[in-house]
Amino acid sequence: MSILVLAEHDNSALSPATARTVAAALAIGGTIDVLVAGADCGAVADAAARLDGVARVRVADDAAFAHQLAEPVSELVVHLAGDYGHILAPATTTGKSVLPRVAALLDVMQVSDITAVKGPKAFERPVYAGAALQTVEATADTVVVTVRISAFDAVAETGAAPIEPVAFTPAAPKARFVSREAAASEGPELANARIVVSGGRALGSQEQFNAIIKPLADKLGAAIGASRAAVDSGYAPNDWQVGQTGKVVAPDLYVAVGISGAIQHLAGMKNAKVIVAIDKDPDAPIFKLADYGLVGDLFELVPELTESL
Amino acid sequence: MKIVVPIKRVVDPNVKIRVKPDGSGVDLASVKMAMNPFDEIALEEAVRLKEAGKADEVVAVSIGPQQAQETLRAALAIGADRAILVRCEGRIEPLTVAKLLRIIAEREAPDLVLAGKQAIDDDSNQTGQMLAGLLGWPQATFASAIVVDGSNVEVTREVDQGLMTLSLTLPAVITADLRLNEPRYASLPSIMKAKKKPLEELSPEELGIDVAPRLEVLEVSEPAARKAVRMVSSVDELLLKLKEEARVL
Repeated sequence: MSILVLAEHDNSALSPATARTVAAALAIGGTIDVLVAGADCGAVADAAARLDGVARVRVADDAAFAHQLAEPVSELVVHLAGDYGHILAPATTTGKSVLPRVAALLDVMQVSDITAVKGPKAFERPVYAGAALQTVEATADTVVVTVRISAFDAVAETGAAPIEPVAFTPAAPKARFVSREAAASEGPELANARIVVSGGRALGSQEQFNAIIKPLADKLGAAIGASRAAVDSGYAPNDWQVGQTGKVVAPDLYVAVGISGAIQHLAGMKNAKVIVAIDKDPDAPIFKLADYGLVGDLFELVPELTESL
Repeated sequence: MKIVVPIKRVVDPNVKIRVKPDGSGVDLASVKMAMNPFDEIALEEAVRLKEAGKADEVVAVSIGPQQAQETLRAALAIGADRAILVRCEGRIEPLTVAKLLRIIAEREAPDLVLAGKQAIDDDSNQTGQMLAGLLGWPQATFASAIVVDGSNVEVTREVDQGLMTLSLTLPAVITADLRLNEPRYASLPSIMKAKKKPLEELSPEELGIDVAPRLEVLEVSEPAARKAVRMVSSVDELLLKLKEEARVL
């Protein structure tokens, strides 16, 4: 059986999310093709061709795919779907937008955000903000799946798959790209970082968030995260939010600073290998999940920690 | 302009759910239920568009058991003009909901369907996209700002690396993210008034849709428990543990 993996990229670089999705495809088993839909995206196709386990890279290089909008990309995927038993995309904001549209056009249910492959058509996925794990089996001939990227380790990059162009022109668009505003972020990407330092409401202000969290993250080479309370209070931009409604991360080390540990936040970080919590309230729910807990004033403890590293 | 807002009745977000010991599902007996939080945001936005003179009518639609009537009454109290309940029992998948909503959209001919980005029970994040695909309408997911301008709507979306703005030709499907707005509470007079607003009931058979699930649930289990926390009393002790015990530094 053949598997199609939709590549995540920005037309110039392939996102690490793709190598993790290919790992999920390998666990299913079968011939793996990667589809790169973009504009002037030759470098992305070259990078996809190096991923281990990939048999072929198919490239639809056309201005219509420049921003990977759901309408043209889903049309393209449906056009190619007849060749495949499985269609996979990373559960990023792009994958989450495109793939359910593909599934509906193919008249099949999608399996969202899988965390494990249990069989050729059986998958585990978290529900209720990660409070339960559901194992589901798809019955359709075409299986459409989005992959939680923090649950799979990226494949290596020693391959050399052939690259083949795909000629396809989608219908005239009813959705048009207007603009993009990138968040200011210098450190590693949150979704793929080895270490994440996250701040919560207890930081008290944007100035204090930056003064306390950023030096520690810089010292650790960590990405910065935030709780929903910190984002809603304007201490941090919303694409730093970790949780059910934000990003799901599974770094080696997650440091939660001044985060009480609401269930929605825990859903986004509970699979970190080691969790450290620093908070003044010894009864905060975060200490039920943490591996190491330190109770005290974060405004003293965190600078001391930064200094000691 | 007419707006259709799909509403789902889900477990209250503050309830700590329990997995049934036999692995068949989550125990929902006598658990507090509420409107899905993202649907509250979608509804709030629709009502604000009406208050701003951009929309004439807001229709709330729910697909679910008889008790979903209460959730629709709550939607009417917040400002929906009328409601439609498609009565279904059991597990209803996003594809089925999208197919039922498609029939409703064809009957009602709205200019906009404003849905929540995901339901906090199945966490699927599919229905809006599926509906847009079935209708052949453009879509904008994860909306944090919506500006209606004649026959177009400009939507700012929350994407992984910041924000992306799209312009859609109406009719369109938009799904609401958390930061789109702060939903209001219904006032007592509006709750009383909502009791008199029209609530139509339909069945999937009337709409000609088969509601049988396509995915088979094999098992529902509790996530693995973590080891108990080790409390440390100083920064030095924490660093020592992270270096020598956990080996992550």
